[in-house]
Amino acid sequence: MPLNITLFVPCFVDLMYPQVGVSMVRIFEKLGHKVGCARGPACCGQPAFNAGYWDESRKIATKVVASLRDAEVVVVGSGSCGTMMKVHYPELFAGTTDEALARELAVRCHEFSGFLVNQLGVTDLGAVFPHKVTFHDGCHGLRALNDKRPPRELLARVRGLELIEMDAAETCCGFGGTFSAAFPPISTAMAEEKCASALETGADYVVSCDSSCLMQIQGLADRQKRPIRTVHLAEVLARS
Amino acid sequence: MSAPSTRFDADARRVAADLRHRGIIQTAMAKYEVVRDQGKSWFQDWEGARDLAARTKLEAVGRLDTYLEQLVRNLEARGTRVHWAGDARQASEIIVGILREKNAKVVVKSKSMTTEEVHLNDAIEQAGCEVVESDLGEFIVQLRHEAPYHLVFPAMHLTRGEIRQTFEEKLRDAPSDDPEELTMVARRVLRRKYLQADVGITGANFAVADTGMISVTENEGNARLTAALPRTMITLVGIEKVLPHLDDLTLFLPMLAVMGTGQQLSCYNTMYGGPRQPGEADGPEEYHVVLLDNRRSALLADAELREALCCIRCGACLNVCPVFRNVGGHTYGTVYGGPIGAVITPHLRGLRDWQHLSYASSLCGACTETCPVKIDLPRHLLANRRTASRREPRWSHKIAFVLFAVAANSPALWTIATRLGRIGMRLRGLVNGTVLDPLRPWTRTRDLPPIAGQSFREWWKERGT
Repeated sequence: MPLNITLFVPCFVDLMYPQVGVSMVRIFEKLGHKVGCARGPACCGQPAFNAGYWDESRKIATKVVASLRDAEVVVVGSGSCGTMMKVHYPELFAGTTDEALARELAVRCHEFSGFLVNQLGVTDLGAVFPHKVTFHDGCHGLRALNDKRPPRELLARVRGLELIEMDAAETCCGFGGTFSAAFPPISTAMAEEKCASALETGADYVVSCDSSCLMQIQGLADRQKRPIRTVHLAEVLARS
Repeated sequence: MSAPSTRFDADARRVAADLRHRGIIQTAMAKYEVVRDQGKSWFQDWEGARDLAARTKLEAVGRLDTYLEQLVRNLEARGTRVHWAGDARQASEIIVGILREKNAKVVVKSKSMTTEEVHLNDAIEQAGCEVVESDLGEFIVQLRHEAPYHLVFPAMHLTRGEIRQTFEEKLRDAPSDDPEELTMVARRVLRRKYLQADVGITGANFAVADTGMISVTENEGNARLTAALPRTMITLVGIEKVLPHLDDLTLFLPMLAVMGTGQQLSCYNTMYGGPRQPGEADGPEEYHVVLLDNRRSALLADAELREALCCIRCGACLNVCPVFRNVGGHTYGTVYGGPIGAVITPHLRGLRDWQHLSYASSLCGACTETCPVKIDLPRHLLANRRTASRREPRWSHKIAFVLFAVAANSPALWTIATRLGRIGMRLRGLVNGTVLDPLRPWTRTRDLPPIAGQSFREWWKERGT
């Protein structure tokens, strides 16, 4: 039965990686679902939340929760923002009038890859991507949403794609939101380790469910002239 | 910015770029990960063991008053003298007082982070005594006048060449780089000290309430010699080290060994139940146990943070932490480094000076995934940040978040911001990565993608669905 899927496209995907959102729209429409876009804020409020400014975070999150209250099902185009909405919103709104709404939303919202595999039961999207790839597990998707399996099941069905796991697949890339700008030397060293591990595999592409991690990995690789290309899982799945 | 924060940034910058340091730590940790995972496989049900350990420690911490009283009663029943130290200074004063009473000249000490926490060596030296670290790693860093680098591996940042050089300079005895030969040098020095020492000082891994025993885990036998040879023994122990029952050690001793060093059990696990009893052949004539609070009760009073007192100091969270692995142990500038240090230090030593440690994390969660007692470290880091932002808000951050919220909340403003951002980013490109670049913290070492010619929202609008 076709679903009414409301897509939540995070701010940096909106601005810097629109093709990730476009790919998600195309994938869901190809599967016969109706896609809508959240009309509320362009951000989930995580930067302020992680910095400890919960009141400021709620200024955005309240509107997100309100704008999604009637959505049948919400798909978030990032494991990190997905974790914010699914795991941290109930905490952020604890004891406020929006608590019930936030808890309700937490049940209805899903990260992209987990949604495809666990909710829709889809793994084969008929995609073709004739390249060697390695997969970077975004920390939040991996540890808070338990998304180890879904992206790999999806990649396994892509024609021509060979997945070569890197040793440091589960090691943080060093992005961490404002952390990357507050502690650049640490963040950069972490990215160097990530890139080194990815390069060891000989893969052509680093794939991930988080554009923010890929921005960090690609940003470092480009600056240091390391031959790494990054691509979001949704873009791979939309290729045919 | 506080002085510790400025120092942290400077040290982090230096160490994170030090590829030699990075290599040493990565090599050591790769070996650790192999033996740790092998160790976990010896448990029939590792996750079940973690659940049980977490429950046991929460029970111990939750009824700390009862268990402490029981511990003290049982210790005193066999002639141990128990002292309560409210803070670091008191702990040092109590211990120095005992040394004076015993007219001690030489003190041997086995590895103990709690004694590092109260800066005991400084206090002992100021009182005119010689104090010698008997754990090999601690012995090495003491010779170098350095702090321990890691909770479990105090000298892991050093190569054997550096250790040989240290022995050469300080002891005039360093036959080669061979670890065994270097160990023999340390042993010769230490054996003399054990015999000279008037007092032996140890820490504690666990304090067992129902039998009144102090449990000490080690691999070199040095703690046993420290405890057994001098006439007086002193143990400094944080109040959170209490376990309710002796049986609990059947879980905690292997767990500590596996997560600390990847061993099934550490080589020596000793239970100290008091001074030498009538008819016993060895042991100290006098045994003092100093119970240290030093703001642990403040953690206890906080229903959420209390969980941090469950820590068994195995060091597993440091080992997996990508921040620790890149900045190293000394950069933290405090006795407890890594994720657990970043959680508790602001509470033990003051939020104003130490809150930066709670921010210096990407919140990746590798720590809590590995923690044998399942402490939710990222959650506590977030809580610390929240407390810091309430008590000492940074107005520049607050204003930035409010402005961002205003822009993100209004589709019209977001559209304008997107357009302005495109122009701004193009202009910024002219000064990319230089000191004039407002995004320099990012662009100094990394490229930044441009704002797309058509944002997702613009595409969606144009599509008209």
